[in-house]
Amino acid sequence: MKLMTTARLKSPWVLHFDCGSCNGCDIEILAALTPKFDAERFGIVNIGDPKQADILLVTGPANHRNKEVLKNLYDQMPDPKAVIVVGTCGCTGGIFHNCPNVLGGVDNVIPVDVYVPGCAARPEQIVDGVVLALQKLAEMSEKMEGN
Amino acid sequence: MVNTLLTDYVLPLAFIIVAPLLGGLLVGLDRKITARMQSRMGPPITQPFYDFIKLWGKAPFLSSRFQPMLAVGYFVFIFTAVIMLAFKQDLLLTLFTLTLADVCLIVSAYNSKSPYSNLGGRRELLSMLAYEPLMLLTAISIQVVTGSFLVRDVFTYGKPLLLVIPAAYAVQQLVLIIDMKKSPFDVAGSGHAHQELVRGVYTEFSGYTLALVELGHWTKIAFIMGLISLFWAQNLLIGVGLSLLLWFISIVADNIYPRLNWETMVRTSWTLGFILILANFVVVTILGVI
Repeated sequence: MKLMTTARLKSPWVLHFDCGSCNGCDIEILAALTPKFDAERFGIVNIGDPKQADILLVTGPANHRNKEVLKNLYDQMPDPKAVIVVGTCGCTGGIFHNCPNVLGGVDNVIPVDVYVPGCAARPEQIVDGVVLALQKLAEMSEKMEGN
Repeated sequence: MVNTLLTDYVLPLAFIIVAPLLGGLLVGLDRKITARMQSRMGPPITQPFYDFIKLWGKAPFLSSRFQPMLAVGYFVFIFTAVIMLAFKQDLLLTLFTLTLADVCLIVSAYNSKSPYSNLGGRRELLSMLAYEPLMLLTAISIQVVTGSFLVRDVFTYGKPLLLVIPAAYAVQQLVLIIDMKKSPFDVAGSGHAHQELVRGVYTEFSGYTLALVELGHWTKIAFIMGLISLFWAQNLLIGVGLSLLLWFISIVADNIYPRLNWETMVRTSWTLGFILILANFVVVTILGVI
């Protein structure tokens, strides 16, 4: 099923979730989706609906308040799916790592495929991260099709 | 003999088979043109087909047991309407079949607890309230002019409908914008999730059910384009040109207008649409067909 893998790589729909980020990384994510970078030419669409998304973009450190929401969103995404964490806070907890209300990195709550560090991560880095995630998605796709 | 075989069987069959693909291509072209209007590159024209294949391959995630049936129903009823239109059947019955497809979509939207989906369903009902009367009045205008509801009689009628009922053609613009889910009237759920209802009526669909709904939407666009082509049935190339003109105006409108609320949508169609089409109706009835 080569066609299926190609189609999956050509149409990654993105869900963006902010779990307590300072909005620095979110602005950069939105910058990557603007006409200047034009992510839609690769079929990337910011879909906003977990049931229809293929890639989950998370920013900010996970905390006790939003871990259920994050887990819920992840569980609602059908396979094959990939998770990208954008920004140092999401990767490790960043400057919030020893706050009592913060769990640390997003990988404490859900499995993460790609880490994009930076404070804030640049749009170019984010696009690089999505390309890496697509490789993961391709591997998962091949596994699902039994090749 | 060969000529009637061509027009009665081969061309309708060809239209039925390519209608979904044609609709998909139109959506792809639409995304490309929209991107160019916003000075972007835009996705390839075949992008909707990649989306379709990808959605088909996603793991199933159903919000209720009836969802697949309703998604299939949505596509099947629209496809039936296309078949009836292609074989030049009763226009009224064709439009009622199309309405059944929308009923499937709305029932499916209400078939979950998601507030986005429920509100999307309600707005889809309001969209129907806005465009269904216009389509019915169009069918009635055609009946007044040609003397029957049969699409076949539009073809045998002496002159193009556009010259007799131009207002009905103008009103199709409203119908097309609402049905293509384009701004300013994309209240129920737009193609891209850039609205307050996430994906509105489509929120609960995912994987292959969303793929079926997309396929149905493409087919519906092809159906309405086919319906608009009837306004110059004597030379279908001109008819297709007429429908492409309205399609292009819809894309321009999508790019220059913000979303308006449902009240404006219903008010526009019930005042502007009704007045236009009824005035035309009166002129044709009183003065006779010119």
